Amino acid sequence: MGGGARAVNPQTTAERLGHNRFVLDEAESHIEIDQEVCRRTGTGKRLVAVCPAGVYSELEDGTILAEYAACLECGTCLAVASPGALRWHYPRGGFGVGFREG
Amino acid sequence: MTEQAAGEPDFDVIVVGAGPAGSVTATLLARQGLSVVLVERGDTPGAKNLSGGVLYGRVLDEVFPGFVDQAPVERRITRHVTTFLTADSSVAIDYAGGPLAAPVNAVTVLRARFDPWLAERAEEAGAFLMPGVRVDSLLTEPGPGASPRVVGVRAGDDELRARVVVAADGVNSFLARSIGLRPKPPEHHLAVGVKAVVGLPRRVIEDRFGVTGDEGAAHAIVGDCTLGIGGGAFLYTNTESLSIGVVLRLDDLVRSGRTAVEVFEHCLAHPGLAPYLRDGEVLEYGSHLVAEGGLGMVGQVVGDGLVVVGEAAGLTINSGLTVRGMDLAIGSAVAAARGVGEAVAAGDTSATGLAAYRRHLDESFVMQDLRTYAKAPAFLERGRMYGAYGELAAGLFHDVFSLDGSPRRHLAATAWRAVRRSPVTIGQLMSDGWAGVRAL
Repeated sequence: MGGGARAVNPQTTAERLGHNRFVLDEAESHIEIDQEVCRRTGTGKRLVAVCPAGVYSELEDGTILAEYAACLECGTCLAVASPGALRWHYPRGGFGVGFREG
Repeated sequence: MTEQAAGEPDFDVIVVGAGPAGSVTATLLARQGLSVVLVERGDTPGAKNLSGGVLYGRVLDEVFPGFVDQAPVERRITRHVTTFLTADSSVAIDYAGGPLAAPVNAVTVLRARFDPWLAERAEEAGAFLMPGVRVDSLLTEPGPGASPRVVGVRAGDDELRARVVVAADGVNSFLARSIGLRPKPPEHHLAVGVKAVVGLPRRVIEDRFGVTGDEGAAHAIVGDCTLGIGGGAFLYTNTESLSIGVVLRLDDLVRSGRTAVEVFEHCLAHPGLAPYLRDGEVLEYGSHLVAEGGLGMVGQVVGDGLVVVGEAAGLTINSGLTVRGMDLAIGSAVAAARGVGEAVAAGDTSATGLAAYRRHLDESFVMQDLRTYAKAPAFLERGRMYGAYGELAAGLFHDVFSLDGSPRRHLAATAWRAVRRSPVTIGQLMSDGWAGVRAL
């Protein structure tokens, strides 16, 4: 199958996200992580696993980073986070992802 | 909001969220002559909204007769394909139903195009659309009962007051949750949907999917496309693009040790799906949290001064063959508009007065279907659906079609041998078969 033809383009998450329209809220992030609770509850690894946009990443020392500009606003991270580990709400009106297809 | 007595409502009704649930509720309430504001956090309706893409449209046709000829819908689904996929084989049931074309049963939609049309209908009916405004919280006052009475919403420094607030704020449902109407759902009832819209020429789509004109196909796929993780994949035809995605149950995904991105990319490259997508260009990438608990996840839908509609109320059905959200959202909107209208007319917008919504909802197809499929979520949690049965079906058809020189056996004997060789036991097959018949 496939006959050597190209698969879907582009192939990385970053490139796929590059086709989306985002309006970055430079004044505030809509994602806040409590590193201590995250570490204690193992929430960090779950955030990294479930986020389709790859917003979350884990440093070697276990610190969780959140690249909030790429957020697709689905709320899946909040659904798997232990209580107190993550504060996540929608970006302010007019900011964040703006779907053109949907 | 300026020169009025404190506590006097600015509107009869505030609807939060301009998706199908919100826009239809706003339309029907405005048609009744009520003053309605429709608040939307996206800078245009649809900008924040995403779904797999199939809308079962009969209920919307009752609200907007002939909508498929006016609204920006993509294709009319006349072909439903359900596929069990293994790493190198697939077994499919392909229903191509001409009668599905008229009257139109299901259409594909792209929400950033479709939702603005719905919101325009609400405006046309007299609702006031307020886009680009995020509602931060409900405005409450001490109520007659234990829970507070909702009297409006707060957005930044602004307050808007109304007799009734309609929470149509989607699956995350911050508003309903903030006053305890809907508890946080368990992870085995939640899934993440990951989707790409892939552009392809119209003619290529029609040739690959065996459709013509404005007809379209909807493929539901289970098995190796999700690497055996509970859930499945979908592949829908739009006019000049495909919607391809996976839906992954969160408990199973976390347990698997894989990432959602990894599974989605595996699906895109799967030999059973890649030929449909070949040479396509990703136009957009998105995701959506999916509530799959069915009846078990429907929360309380009425409070003092508040009703909850659509996904915010937990109204979704996955029957295994069809995945539904938008039609239930619209059905709940119809029930809510009737109930809210009656409550406002009677001058009682407490939970008691608004209970009319719950009664109309209970009598509608929405709750009837949720009750019919009440056992489906538990059935679909049986892990064999996502691996073993695909192996079994592929093994059986391999034996049927592979003429390798060995003596032929009757079909029943071949099937028996396929079961014996598969990971499924006869006991499991009978148990799943019985449960499946009752659940689906």
